[in-house]
Amino acid sequence: MSDTMKNTGLFALVGGLVLITGFVQSWNAAILIVNMGLISAIMAIGVNLQWGFAGLFNIGIMGFVAIGGLATVLVSMPATPGAWDAGGLGVFGALLLGAATVAGAIQVRIRMAPGRWRTVALLAVLIGGFFIFRAVLDPAVYAVEQINPAATGYLGGLGLPVLVAWPVGGLFAAGVAWLIGRTALGLRADYLAIATLGISEIIIAVLKNEDWLTRGVKNVIGIPRPVPYEIDLQNDPGFVETAAGLGLDPVTASTLYVKFGYGVLFLIVLLIVLWLAQMALKSPWGRMMRAIRDNEVAAEAMGKDVTGRHLQVFILGSAVCGIAGAMMTTLDGQLTPGSYQPLRFTFLVWVMVIVGGSGNNFGSVLGGMLIWFLWVQVEPMALFVVHLITAGMAEGSAVKAHLYESAAHMRLLTMGVVMLLVLRFWPRGLIPEK
Amino acid sequence: MDFLNALVAISNYILMPGIAYGSQLALGALGATLIYGILRFSNFAHGDTMAFGTMVTILVTWWMQSAGISLGVLPTALLALPFGILGCMAMVLFTDRYVYRFYRRQKAKPVILVIVSMGVMFILNGVVRFIIGPNDQRFADGERFIISAREFKEMTGLREGLAIKTTQGITVITAVLVVILLFWFLNRTRTGKSMRAYSDNEDLALLSGINPERVVMYTWLIVAALATVAGTLYGLDKTFKPFTYFQLLLPIFAAAIVGGLGNPLGAIAGGYIIAFSEVTITYAWKKVLKYLMPESLEPSSLVQLLSTDYKFAVSFAILLIVLLFKPTGLFSGKTA
Repeated sequence: MSDTMKNTGLFALVGGLVLITGFVQSWNAAILIVNMGLISAIMAIGVNLQWGFAGLFNIGIMGFVAIGGLATVLVSMPATPGAWDAGGLGVFGALLLGAATVAGAIQVRIRMAPGRWRTVALLAVLIGGFFIFRAVLDPAVYAVEQINPAATGYLGGLGLPVLVAWPVGGLFAAGVAWLIGRTALGLRADYLAIATLGISEIIIAVLKNEDWLTRGVKNVIGIPRPVPYEIDLQNDPGFVETAAGLGLDPVTASTLYVKFGYGVLFLIVLLIVLWLAQMALKSPWGRMMRAIRDNEVAAEAMGKDVTGRHLQVFILGSAVCGIAGAMMTTLDGQLTPGSYQPLRFTFLVWVMVIVGGSGNNFGSVLGGMLIWFLWVQVEPMALFVVHLITAGMAEGSAVKAHLYESAAHMRLLTMGVVMLLVLRFWPRGLIPEK
Repeated sequence: MDFLNALVAISNYILMPGIAYGSQLALGALGATLIYGILRFSNFAHGDTMAFGTMVTILVTWWMQSAGISLGVLPTALLALPFGILGCMAMVLFTDRYVYRFYRRQKAKPVILVIVSMGVMFILNGVVRFIIGPNDQRFADGERFIISAREFKEMTGLREGLAIKTTQGITVITAVLVVILLFWFLNRTRTGKSMRAYSDNEDLALLSGINPERVVMYTWLIVAALATVAGTLYGLDKTFKPFTYFQLLLPIFAAAIVGGLGNPLGAIAGGYIIAFSEVTITYAWKKVLKYLMPESLEPSSLVQLLSTDYKFAVSFAILLIVLLFKPTGLFSGKTA
């Protein structure tokens, strides 16, 4: 059996699983799985760029995904009336002051001769800068958060179409990745991993706490959509007629139509990203990346700028994750900083890449779709199994209740088992690198 | 008087919590650093190993409580701790036999082992949540305070109270005992010496006839004991919640790296450095400054440098500074 046949078969298998979901559960559930699967596939491509192409061990994916989500809010939400006048300038002034402090500290470190005076000057700049920063920031933040805190209490966004937020999300993530990459990329693998894990936790902490930016745990809801609202479709006589012609009631038809619209948009983005990633892989640049990955010393001896190339691919991969994050927040229609968890947004994406086959973009797409399907469907499957096991038990027994309650946690267990099995028996993944 | 009040406030809100948290982190970091020294990879499942050991301890504690067994003023969990350690030892030996050994035989790259430990992390996370649930569990009993704030105030007549929780006292005493035992084992016993030899130079150790599988087994056993003790102490002091234990991974690794990965003494120092920085930077200093400054200069704000939710930022910032300026850690660990 040729590789192409095998790979097509694997994708057909995922398609079949989705179709079964459609027939057994509902088509709404099936399309939802496909939509999130497409987003997951894009995230997996981003990680594959970093790990599969370049061997960079980044476990801060969650942070970049969240940054993308933040971009959606900043781009597409309407600006809060009065917030800019109340404290917008203050907040931005404070942020500039903060940046100036860091830049000043770096300059002091570069310009002054090492010694006690440099340490003193450095500390003076950093500590003084911090207190000035807080002195400017705090009243401005207070003013912004006072404006109708139940509904807004934050600066709001630019009110642009939400689709603009997707590339902007990528840019934001790229900017953050540049900052991180400049400081942390020189470290060896395990240290880089811990560093990125830490940064992602900090990004989430910022989103949760800085209410003027994201409303924190109060969540930003009602983010504009790129597709029509169900209620508008149901009130549109033309749409109702078409739906009736297909034998569907208007409510189901409208929900399907909206989800399908998202699916088409996501598919377009996925195809663009996949095409770009494939072109990059086949180009001299891609070959160079893999050469650096396989033997850094040799590549360096050949005159390749290893740190520079690492920074490049780190930024690119993070930007892809940022785009996916913006898309996900758009699909959810809300930004909920409290819902970002490393197991779901970092380590699950890693499972996708490992299972799909690191170094192969199609593998990442397959892994993304397949693992997302499992992630969603393990829970009903576990419930079904629990149902079978407990069929003979007495009604109201404690063990039975516990099993039913715990079935939800089977998904973590399953992901771990799948990952370990693949690592052991197919260490190169389902679609190995060529 | 004001100066004494300030001193007591600092002890109460910074010194005591810092020492207790630092001891817990130090024990956790010791486990992570031992794995790194002997098995040569960063074990991402370490937080969940702690959670697993603690879970077993909690289950045994509950059983003891229902059977009416107790330690009087001390928490019952101390009696249950040996069972927790045994359970955790069985678990880590099982994972080593069926997961890690395969890659060790293959001489897989460390980064592969890190990824494998991510898989183990998922499984342990699932198992713990499956058995005990994802919610907070309290299992501390016995006397709550060694000295309560009110008793202290009555004793000294100061305005500020100093409360020492029983769990804080137990944490410090246990940590000291465990560390003494560990260093005695590493420095005085044959097995401990062979472990250190293996960590320093694998090839030489093999040449002198040290059995690597034995060394690895003892390492896992010690790590399981350390992780369970650390986890149980943390759970007694605060509460047990599987997700929190997973999140402890970051400060624990920060502590181990700051002290120098693979260096046990460094891990202990790192634990306290991280704990004290977290507590100091997220503490609202108003109370202390109120006593020290003349009335006219009294601060109006809380004088809290960062909100408590940024405690990860603190561990991380220290980690990054150390990595950038002294990549092998303060007490020079392994560089490779």
